[in-house]
Amino acid sequence: MSTLAIPASRLDLDRALFMVGAWALALVWLLPLAYAVWTAIHPAAFETRFEPFAPLTLENFVRAWNAAPFARYFVNTILLVTMILTAQLILCSLAAFAFARFEFPGKNTLFALVLVQLMVMPDILLVRNYATMGSLGLIDTILAIGLPYFASGFAIFLLRQTFKTVPRELDEAARVEGCSWPGLLWRVYVPLAKPTMLAFGLVSISHHWNNFIWPLIITSSVETRPLTVGLSIFATTDSGIEWSIITAATLITSAPLLIGFLLFQRQFVQSFMRAGIK
Amino acid sequence: MVRKDWLIALAFLAPALILLFTFTHYPAVQTVIDSFWSTARGRRPSVFVGWDNYARMLQDDIFRRAMINNAIYAAITIPASVALALAMALFVQGRILGRGFLRMAFFTPTVLPLIAVANIWLFFYLPGFGLFEQVRGLAGLSPRNWIGDPDTALYAVTAVTVWAQAGFFMIFYLAALQTIPPSLREAAEIEGCSRWTFFRRVTWPLIMPTTLFISVNATINAFRTVDHIFVMTQGGPNNASMLLLYYIYEQGFRFWDTAYASALTVVMVIILAIVGIGQFFFLDRKVHYR
Repeated sequence: MSTLAIPASRLDLDRALFMVGAWALALVWLLPLAYAVWTAIHPAAFETRFEPFAPLTLENFVRAWNAAPFARYFVNTILLVTMILTAQLILCSLAAFAFARFEFPGKNTLFALVLVQLMVMPDILLVRNYATMGSLGLIDTILAIGLPYFASGFAIFLLRQTFKTVPRELDEAARVEGCSWPGLLWRVYVPLAKPTMLAFGLVSISHHWNNFIWPLIITSSVETRPLTVGLSIFATTDSGIEWSIITAATLITSAPLLIGFLLFQRQFVQSFMRAGIK
Repeated sequence: MVRKDWLIALAFLAPALILLFTFTHYPAVQTVIDSFWSTARGRRPSVFVGWDNYARMLQDDIFRRAMINNAIYAAITIPASVALALAMALFVQGRILGRGFLRMAFFTPTVLPLIAVANIWLFFYLPGFGLFEQVRGLAGLSPRNWIGDPDTALYAVTAVTVWAQAGFFMIFYLAALQTIPPSLREAAEIEGCSRWTFFRRVTWPLIMPTTLFISVNATINAFRTVDHIFVMTQGGPNNASMLLLYYIYEQGFRFWDTAYASALTVVMVIILAIVGIGQFFFLDRKVHYR
């Protein structure tokens, strides 16, 4: 009954404050990005002058694109991301299947060792992995950027969780029908794990599209450098490149993920939720 | 039959495990071994030096600086990211004007490469030029070089990290808030319970596991997220924004002192292991990993 005791005006004020807070935070949050977009789509003269009718231009993008081999960097990044995701899905499905459906000695120890990677990632073990790549003769190759990430502890963990929810009756039925183990994995488990794979795929793509330190160390030529490394070199050359061009280049490198995110916002958010929580 | 299964399981596991051991376990162990040897230079081969690399670390002012900086960096980014993520999630969970837009505004920084984020913020901070400065200029304050000043450089890069990750953590809070039964809120409303009391007594305890989960991730990020340092400050000025992982990079790949870099990496692995063990004991894993 005490609801009646709270005057309606106080509730309204409460709600209004809540909304003002939300919008204020959102605008502050968008400010750096909005500022970058402003700079990129206007001539250099308007870099810091905010006139609502300043002339728009795409010239900064054109000049940025021509100032560095961004096309090549794009190809490298796309190759890299595709290669990593493909390898991860194949290798980790196989391993996760074994962990979910087989009994063997040392299973728990092995699984614990897989989980170790969630804490001690290859991102930290730079010095030794560089030496390993050296002895494999892989330095400055796209394969070397991706190789340490192929066996993802995170993917094995996620897929194992999903595979465990598949009813045992299903695979017993399939086995009785004469389906082989790999056939069972491919025909029964993989189709049922598609949502998990999609979720992991988005996380993996955005992570490796954005990854920086390891690619920076292991690559040294235009033919192998991904976008992030290319952008960092472009932006730090200090050769008097105008800010409007650097911001344009920055937006170019982020554009595919940004556009992908804006188009598939719901899937993105749900995928990240699923990957983080399951 | 059991034995045959065993072999099949091994065949499924082998490719992933071989790669995992080659690029995670073997380098982790080998790094520990390397840290007790000297760096081979020219014709001088690597020799066993015992604890020398660690003794050097204790004398190393830059290392001490990096550890202190990293502690400050963690002490700010963890609570700030958690608090902002929670505020964002509370803002967009219910019915609110422009919910889709708000959600997008909060989450967008998360999909940008940190290198790109660093460029955007570099421009934002530029002395006498960036937006901060414009506002200061309007207020009649003198221009300030945020990332070139040892007093502010660390905080400038810290703000960037919070900006880049808070929206990501918001997602987990959103998921957690969805699991709170609406009947609880209805009951609270009938009882005339204020929004704040409801949050403190019901919401906050219920989402505690998520808060711990996010805190662990924020802690790992506090040691792993240094990409923007490369573009913004390179650890400077005068090591004011030096962080542990950046220092490892500098020792290992700028000065090519791989032995010392290995010893530094061991420190890093120990820190992450402590976080991992802490997570294992503190988190009720059943809550997260159903």
